[in-house]
Amino acid sequence: MIRAVRFTEDLSHLPTHKFGPSSITWWGVIGFMVIEGVAFGLTFAAYFFLMGHEQGWPPEGRAAPDLMWGTLFTIIILLSEFANTGIKKAATAHDVSMVRKLMPIIVGAGVVLLIVRGFEFNSLNCRWTDNAYGSIVWALLLLHTTHILTDWFDTLVLYALVRTRQAYEGRRMEDVDENSLYWRYVWLLWLPIYLMIYWVPRL
Amino acid sequence: MTSKAELQSIEEENRELEKERANIARDGPDLTGAALAARLDRTWRRPPGIVGWLSTVDHKEIGRRYIVTALIFLALGGALSILMRLQLARPDNNLISAARYNELFTMHGSTMMFLFAVPVMEGVALYVIPLMVGTRATTFPRLNAFSYFLYLFGGLMLWGAFALNIGPDVGWFAYPPLSGPQFSPGKRADVWAQMITFTEVSALAAAVVLVTTILKARAPGMTLARMPLYAWAMLVVAVMIIFSMPAIALCSSMLISDRLVGTHFYNAAEHGDPLLWQHLFWFFGHPEVYIIFLPATGFVSVIVETFCRRPIFAYPVVVLALVSTGILSFGLWVHHMFATGLPRVGYSFYTAASMTVAIPTGLQIFCWLATMWDGRPRFAVPMLYVVGFIVTFVIGGLTGVMVAAVPLDLQLHDTYFVVAHFHYVLIGGAVFPLLGALTYWYPKITGRMMSETLGKVGFWMIFLGFQLAFFPMHIAGMLGMPRRVYTYPAGLGLELPNLLSTIGALVVALAVLLFVINGVLSLYRGAIAPDDPWDAGSLEWATSSPPPVYNFAHIPVVESRTPLWDIGGELPVVTGLRVDDKEQLLTTVVDAKPDIREPIPEASPWPFISAVATGVLFISSIFSPWAIPVGAIPVAIGLTAWFWPKDMKRQPEPVII
Repeated sequence: MIRAVRFTEDLSHLPTHKFGPSSITWWGVIGFMVIEGVAFGLTFAAYFFLMGHEQGWPPEGRAAPDLMWGTLFTIIILLSEFANTGIKKAATAHDVSMVRKLMPIIVGAGVVLLIVRGFEFNSLNCRWTDNAYGSIVWALLLLHTTHILTDWFDTLVLYALVRTRQAYEGRRMEDVDENSLYWRYVWLLWLPIYLMIYWVPRL
Repeated sequence: MTSKAELQSIEEENRELEKERANIARDGPDLTGAALAARLDRTWRRPPGIVGWLSTVDHKEIGRRYIVTALIFLALGGALSILMRLQLARPDNNLISAARYNELFTMHGSTMMFLFAVPVMEGVALYVIPLMVGTRATTFPRLNAFSYFLYLFGGLMLWGAFALNIGPDVGWFAYPPLSGPQFSPGKRADVWAQMITFTEVSALAAAVVLVTTILKARAPGMTLARMPLYAWAMLVVAVMIIFSMPAIALCSSMLISDRLVGTHFYNAAEHGDPLLWQHLFWFFGHPEVYIIFLPATGFVSVIVETFCRRPIFAYPVVVLALVSTGILSFGLWVHHMFATGLPRVGYSFYTAASMTVAIPTGLQIFCWLATMWDGRPRFAVPMLYVVGFIVTFVIGGLTGVMVAAVPLDLQLHDTYFVVAHFHYVLIGGAVFPLLGALTYWYPKITGRMMSETLGKVGFWMIFLGFQLAFFPMHIAGMLGMPRRVYTYPAGLGLELPNLLSTIGALVVALAVLLFVINGVLSLYRGAIAPDDPWDAGSLEWATSSPPPVYNFAHIPVVESRTPLWDIGGELPVVTGLRVDDKEQLLTTVVDAKPDIREPIPEASPWPFISAVATGVLFISSIFSPWAIPVGAIPVAIGLTAWFWPKDMKRQPEPVII
């Protein structure tokens, strides 16, 4: 650069990480949440669009999905938020020891949830090949299963990293913080899906 | 879980690291000029060789690849259009068969929309935006690299399939039931749908990169109110991509699943609905038009400002126009479906909304005209393209308002009138400004000037050739010539308009060829470009041409909307960034106050490897649903390795390796 410069301020005192909207990771996570949110939102729209074509919902001659496994899933995922809030708080306080204690709970909850999800698929009382109703119900559940699976894997990798001395890097706690934010999003999105799969057909 | 011994050793390590931190070299009055340049160059340069080439995270290198790749697809898509025009040059022609013609227009539309228009706009932005906002890199540079490779693989898959005679033939919007399992057996429609998945994932990743770079990495002092209009345009566009592209990813996934595993989303017999496709597709498809057009308005604002030597007239109006166009574009999609039958209130609402969008666009045009009227315009090649844009785009805009009226739309739907309309707005509205912008930034990217003479000849050829090619299509359309027919009978009055269109298309093709020749020749023979050859006001011209790998030796400070015009002799800068590791300054979203020193990831092969794994997953899922769970395993491995620190040793300040 040939252009002459005028020095104004030295920024070496600035931090190298922060939590929340100052951090670039936060913005990235929000960006991907919006992308997924739009995809889920449009799937919801497709659900109601297809529902408008039917006389009954579920279509006549079919039973609504059984309530038990889906409800159990909802209870477990809501309970997991206690541990999740604990992790988020510990991460922002740089409390590595507490983060290491609580993260296995979320990893374990993920395994249990995925097993329960298997039984849920089995209790939908329809197949995706039956009709448009079956297709959209399976689509909703499958999309959310992908959501659970990816965040579970993400949590697992992060937990492995937090077990190392890397946990004492501030940025790692930022990762844990954002991961907790994401887990909240996963269960928040589940609530309308739960209503659509299990309760809208019972209206 | 955490032993006392570990805590103790961590505390010891912290004290050591604190000591080392004091010795970190940073830029400043004591480290500037050639010494600083040499050290930054060592730090930022990527490894050499093929592995280094595949591993790069430099936004300039990735941006260049995006641009070059997209221009190659432009040439390929253009070649298809010439084939179609030759077939249509005279009635009852049999140069190309009906089935092959279906493939040609499908490949032409899909290539132009998904492999040229959106990627080239993102590519230019990925190159220019970090320079323009005064930072050293995009945020998430590895994601950026990943997005390029996915785009490349998607394009290769589509053209590979075409070469193997399994290219799609269902039109660029692939309406079911035609594209469904019953009427399109074989894999052609699946290839189309999976190309969509590739390019959408890629565009979404690049959009996240652009939004975060524009919001968080601007130079100190570049408040939102001082942000260059091109950055505003790209911010709006990237947000639009984030809100619209999931729609097409979703509807094409539903199409694949209808075709592959027997779902019934679009199967009317099982109470699905082909119109569900149209709603989802156009919820993406209409914003898509503005995703292509708004970057071009950003180019125009930049070029008009520079070549009229005057800050843009009514900057806040232009910003508000950009934002409101972005929002309105999500309320228009149903006007593509007027012919499907709608409730009366739907007709009225979407007609009104479609006409409303002309208002912000008109405001922008008036702002440019006012800037030109009040400034001293220099008609260099980029400015010529702007004038060509205004003329052509206004004609296309007018026919747009015409077809927004339902009675006329029902008459003209699926005729060549519509083909004329959207080529006027897409070529006139986006390609003309793009060619102007490429000429404008060519010296920054390559360090040499493009030939002005060849540029002017090319401009007039493309401008006049374009009018000759597309104006007669209005007439052909009003005479009743439908789109997508491979031939037409003699004696309907269609011979002359079609022949003129073919001649015009050949002239345009020659002009584009001339542009490419000019670009290649100037690489070797062009005059050496100074840092700021156009005497422009924005920050990308504050660094050398071409810019060093680290963009700016010191991060500039912005005190006005057109910093280089207002600073006088010396560029104000901030200091204190590391020089022996890659570091970037993040600022606050609205006020651009210094916020964080952010480490920038080193070059890594993992984004490439992850893109290969993702590509294998996408392509094999055309053939079996099991490709998804099985193919996800290598993808997960790739992404984990991408994220996992390659050196677990703690550093005095964070680095990403």
